[in-house]
Amino acid sequence: MELATSDRYHAMSVDSFDTEKLLTNAARQRDARKLNEFPIFDADAHHYESESISEIIEYIDDDILNHLARANPAIISSGRGGYQPMGGRITRYPLRKIEETPADGVHRDVHLSRRWMDAMGIDYIGLFPTGMLGIGLIPQVEVEVQYARAYMRWLTEKILPSDPRVKGYVFLPFNSPEAAYEIATEFGDKEGIVGFLITSPRYKPVHDTAYMKTYSYIEETGKPLIFHSGLNWNDPLMSVTNRFIAAHALGFTLYNVIHMCNWICNALNERFPKIPVVWTESGLAWVPWLAQRLDNDYKMRSSEIPGLKKLPSEYMGDMYYTSQPMEMPNDLSFLESTFKMINAETQLLYASDYPHWDADMPMTIYDLPFLDEKAKRNILGGNAIRIFDLDVSDRYPNYKAA
Amino acid sequence: MAKEILVGKASDFKEGDKKIVPNGKNSEIGVYLVHGNWYAYANLCPHQGGPACEGLLMAKVEEVIAEDKTYQGMRFNHDEMHIVCPWHGWEFDIADGQAVADRKWSLRKFEVEVRGEDVYVLA
Repeated sequence: MELATSDRYHAMSVDSFDTEKLLTNAARQRDARKLNEFPIFDADAHHYESESISEIIEYIDDDILNHLARANPAIISSGRGGYQPMGGRITRYPLRKIEETPADGVHRDVHLSRRWMDAMGIDYIGLFPTGMLGIGLIPQVEVEVQYARAYMRWLTEKILPSDPRVKGYVFLPFNSPEAAYEIATEFGDKEGIVGFLITSPRYKPVHDTAYMKTYSYIEETGKPLIFHSGLNWNDPLMSVTNRFIAAHALGFTLYNVIHMCNWICNALNERFPKIPVVWTESGLAWVPWLAQRLDNDYKMRSSEIPGLKKLPSEYMGDMYYTSQPMEMPNDLSFLESTFKMINAETQLLYASDYPHWDADMPMTIYDLPFLDEKAKRNILGGNAIRIFDLDVSDRYPNYKAA
Repeated sequence: MAKEILVGKASDFKEGDKKIVPNGKNSEIGVYLVHGNWYAYANLCPHQGGPACEGLLMAKVEEVIAEDKTYQGMRFNHDEMHIVCPWHGWEFDIADGQAVADRKWSLRKFEVEVRGEDVYVLA
């Protein structure tokens, strides 16, 4: 396979591709740091469900949409725009097509996941879709609902039962509050389901009364509610940017900023105090910024949010954050300050985002000089084991929370 | 004294070729022939440890700004080639191994010697 480069003299031709080989250095990191001696949970891993779209479409009951989906399989990932593979520089994007997996009845997504999990020393993953992260932007609500149900049926029948190391989240078709509730209750206690997912790129206020019964149900289950961010280059604000780096850096942050603001300013932490709310794939530096902004305004305008009983920053310190894409400033004291503000030792969950382009290896946490061993292990696995109520006895029979 | 690692025959390389050779049990060195010059770097990205030398060689991308400061597009500058780490896309100047986005970071550089037909890297 010929990879696209800047000129023909520096062409690169590849005959085969193996994730394990690409991640040889990750395996060396794993062994040097003895990462296999304690549990690591990757709270934000991905598969490319679009590569299995013909399987997922089989689960769409609606005849008309089933036909439309078969005729136009790309419908789920339309509309966001982007250059994630960086002009082919991230070679795993084009090369994954030629990676071979055994035909042994275990789904290809599971085989591929195991390869990078084992290389990095990751024991368990929480699996997110890729193309469907943008499905909340499709104007046809019924498309999101049908795809969400089909995806969940496929995920819980074809993927999760294959390997207990692979966990999943209920995809809530949030543009339809009724369907979100139905799907939450239909799939919330399926095997391997550890939480509920709202994809953040969308334009629905999280405080809408119509969602309260869904939140109540989620609170009853005790499982986390996860906001997974994303970008929408077609957003009128984002469309002012002309480089993907800007749309990415801003977009992946701003959707979670808005939902977080609404969550706090409508006192949803007080209404649903037992829901562990997790903010995913926005990095971390936005949290101190927003916390300070809200605290400053709240001290002057507390009458607008009478439901709060403490500072916005204190509610933010009670919530959870996944680490990737973690900012890595040359001056690590900036990052240390962020960790302090988010109470990282108990509230931060390691995430790789693999196989996406800005994936973070476990060493990004393990090598931080300002963390002690207990904090590292909590962030890499212990915090997730606690809030997702994971049973890790299959791999760590003697595990005890730090 | 530096260890000599035999890379291969110089005649086996053509412009733009690279060869990755073992450097002990747990590391490798990427050896390049670019614009007639030999370069060698550790196959280890300073960012997150990716196998930088297993990625693409790409020309530097430049912005074209006219005298009146208007944007005219972008172009490849083939005089400056970059090693691109395949994990995350960090780019390194082939001439000195420095990360082009932040030259405080760099790939570890090794000397290359061509003696007769044989190419050696000094590790």
